[in-house]
This record gives sequence, structure tokens and C-alpha cells, in this order.
Amino acid sequence: MSLLGIPPAVVNALGSILAILVIATLIVAAMHVSRAQGAPAELVLRIRSWWVMFAVFTLAIALNPTVSIVFFALISFLALKEYFSLIPTRRADRSVLFWAYLAIAVQYYWVGIGWYGMFLVFIPIYVFLLLPMRMLLIGETTHFLRATGSLQWGLMLLVFGLSHLAFLLALPEAGNPGAGGAGLVLYLVFLTQFNDVAQYVWGKLLGRHKVVPTVSPNKTLEGLIGGVLTTTLLAWLAGPWLTPLSGYQAAAAGLLIGFAGFIGDVNISALKRDLGVKDSGQLIPGHGGILDRVDSLTYTAPLFFHYLHYLHY
Amino acid sequence: MSWLLRWVFYAVIVRFVVLFVLGLNVRHRERLPKQGPAILTANHNSHLDAMVLISLLPLRLLGRVRPVAAADYFLSSGLRAWFATRIVGILPIARKRASPDEDPLAACDAALARGEILIFFPEGSRGEPEQLAPFKKGIGILAARHPDVPVYPLFTHGLGKALPRNEALLVPFFLDVFVGEPMFGRDHPQDFVEKLRERIIALGAEERLAQWD
Repeated sequence: MSLLGIPPAVVNALGSILAILVIATLIVAAMHVSRAQGAPAELVLRIRSWWVMFAVFTLAIALNPTVSIVFFALISFLALKEYFSLIPTRRADRSVLFWAYLAIAVQYYWVGIGWYGMFLVFIPIYVFLLLPMRMLLIGETTHFLRATGSLQWGLMLLVFGLSHLAFLLALPEAGNPGAGGAGLVLYLVFLTQFNDVAQYVWGKLLGRHKVVPTVSPNKTLEGLIGGVLTTTLLAWLAGPWLTPLSGYQAAAAGLLIGFAGFIGDVNISALKRDLGVKDSGQLIPGHGGILDRVDSLTYTAPLFFHYLHYLHY
Repeated sequence: MSWLLRWVFYAVIVRFVVLFVLGLNVRHRERLPKQGPAILTANHNSHLDAMVLISLLPLRLLGRVRPVAAADYFLSSGLRAWFATRIVGILPIARKRASPDEDPLAACDAALARGEILIFFPEGSRGEPEQLAPFKKGIGILAARHPDVPVYPLFTHGLGKALPRNEALLVPFFLDVFVGEPMFGRDHPQDFVEKLRERIIALGAEERLAQWD
């Protein structure tokens, strides 16, 4: 089956995700009927938000590559805005922050024209060197290191890191004749989000030993291992379908996404703990802010991209 | 015609800027009034404050919401006056009396009698960004005259960063809005103003907000 020129493998994969969502919704509905106090309100909200995110994401990757790239640029914008709103900032840096927002448009422009070299160096080199220069012109030196350091940290994770999702769409079509760039994005985003849920579920079922008690007390070794193994299995199954990876390579990609997703998640947890906030925002009911949802992707997107790029492009 | 322009301004432009370019995190949204008459009071940091508070209310109430604003500033030129009164929909009041027996709050009394929702900034002006100035006593007098009209304390954070006084560049930041339980003006006006100020400060202390130095 092919819709709107989307590769059949992608349509089938989207259909499978839809089936998972339907099953999850039915489970929650069954909980609602069978338990005296009904299903937990947060769980209901979470599932509802998953439906919305699934619908928006499907439209974004199915319409055409330009729409997808603009969509990921908007995700970077929302995430960076949330980050700038949470961290300590200086009044003197208002215009510097404005330039940082403009860097999002420029970075995604390099993706749009497929300029791989510039895509790689723009934020780690040019933005890294030029934004502090803008600060020097303003001349405020109190908390200078804090300001430059926190600015670049956010740009690296939320713009440079997340823009790798979009560059999967700019890779040569011949590298993945079956499912194309949309297949690669779907593979990475689905496995990363699935891994989050799987680690949570395994942790709830078997969790005993805390992994990083001071950063994220609810994360357990059992949840981590269970999640990574489930993700690896799924990565191995879906790999030949959506990516050019061989069976072994796809399983290794699953291990990579499982562990990297965990680190990305606790990385943002440590930031929130440092700042004394529980959720990064209220944008996604039941989940928190956008940072709470893209935390794992900030690690899995660049790592999976370069793993794939090294092996196949 | 101008009601249509005002509707488009709030439904499209203001909502795009407030909800997308900036972004709102609202605590206790359920406390907001469902109908007039009511008075929303908040700390004042930016020209956008009133528009943010208006976008918290449903569009069906738009025709009844009026930000109370200084006549000397907003009516100073023709174009500004047209925009302020027709599009933003301000209720202009005089900051200084022209004669001893003039009542600067008469227009507010009339608006409340019509069942409108007033937006009031007790600091009187925007002042230093993200810092609370002393309150003027007008809100206390108004509340005492209308003891059955609920006065809602609100605290907002973020607009002083996004668009402070004397800056033209809008820099996106999420805005935090905290809505308090309504208060009623059954005390002496000065006591009411003190209590209101304390409530607004307490709302701002509900969560740790990002440092701005």
C-alpha cells in the first residue's frame, strides 16, 4: 500500500505504531472500568498526548521533506525557548539570545540545502566562537562563563543534536531505497520513545536497584536492562524494513539507542534537579514540557545518525 | 468595523505571539472568572502584560474585557489613541485630577456596573523589569466601592525579559502566570492594597523562577 508517495514500509510501520497506541488505549480503558478509582488521571492524559504527538509527527514526516525540516526546526525552537526560560540568564544578553534563536533557522537551512560539512561545523565552530564575541561587544563580564557555557550547552543539545533528525531526510535516497529518509526518522524516533516507555514499564514491574539515585531516583537497573533488551529486539526486527542496516548492525543500533536514550533522559533530569523544577513546562499534558519529551532524542539522534552514516553513506 | 479589527488582533496576532512566539505556563487556570464583573490585578513589566492577561480569557468574553490604562500616556497622539482605545480596548483614566472634585475612577465604576472585566496594574507603571514597585491606592478604593466584585491577584513572570520597557526587540521566553483566589474589598482601602500586594508576592514565590540579572 502506498499513500501520498510515502514508501510502503513507512506506511506499514506507522500502521504498527497505530496498533500499539490502540492497544495501549484499550488497556487504559479496561483499567478505567475494572478499578474502583478508575485509571490514573496522568496515564489517561499521557495516552491522549501520545495520540496528538503521533498525529502531528505522522503529518510532519508524511507530507514532504520541507515540511519535516520546518517541523524539526520548530521542535528545536520550542525546546531552546523552554531551556532559556528555565536557566539563569542576564539582562545584558537579550540580543545574544536573539542571535541564538536565529541560529536555529540557519542550521536547518543547511539541512534544507543538504550541505553536510556546514551542517556539522556551524554550531560547534562558528556559533561557538561568534556568540561570545557578541557578548564581548556588550561588555558585561559578571557571570560571563556561566552565560557562554549554558548558551552553547543548550544550542549543542537542542539545535545541533536535534537537527540530526532532520538531516536523516537529506541523506541520499539511494542509501535507503526501501524506506527513504522518512523511514530512518521513524525508526529512530519510534525506538527512542518506545525505549523510554519500555524502561519505565520494566522498572515498574521488576525495579529493585537504583542506577543514578541522586539524579533520578525512579530509574532502576532492571528498568534500564529490560528496556534496552526490548528496544534491541525491536530494532533488530524493524531494521531491515526501515533502514539499510544488516541484522547485526540493527541490533547494535538498538543497544546504542537504548543506552543513549537513558543518558539523554537523565542528563535533562540533572539539569532540572539543578534548577529545582520538576517538569520543564506544561506544553504536553501528562508529560510536562517539550524538553521532557525530547531529552532522550538529544543523545540518540546524533549518535544514531553518525553510526548509520559511518556504516552506509 | 473596529470590533472586527479588535477581534482579529486578539484572536490571531496576540494569540500567535503569546502562545507560539512566547508561550504560556499557567498555574491554577481554573480560578479565572467565567463572567464579569470582575477585576484582574497583576504586576506590570511590559506593554504586552494586558494582552497576555486578555488571552487567558475565552474569546467570547473579549467584548467585555478592558485594561485600565493611563490617559496621559495612551491618548497622547492620534494614532496611539486610536490603537489603544479601539484595538487594545483600554479604559483610559487620568493619573492626576484636573480639579479637586473629579473622580478618576468613575469610568471604572460604570464599566463594572455594565458587567465588564477590568484589568488593573496597581503598580501604576511598568517600572524596572521583573521587580515589584509599591502599589497605588486606587485598586483599594475601587474594591471598597464594589465589595461584591471579585478581585483576582495574578503574578506574571517573563515579559520583563521578553519585552522590557525601552526595548524594541522581542526575545522569546516562556511566560509563567500564577492565578490567585479572588479577594473582596471589605477592608479599609489601604489594608486591601497591602493584602493584595502580599498575595501577588506569595503567588510569585509558589515556584522557583529563573534568575535574571
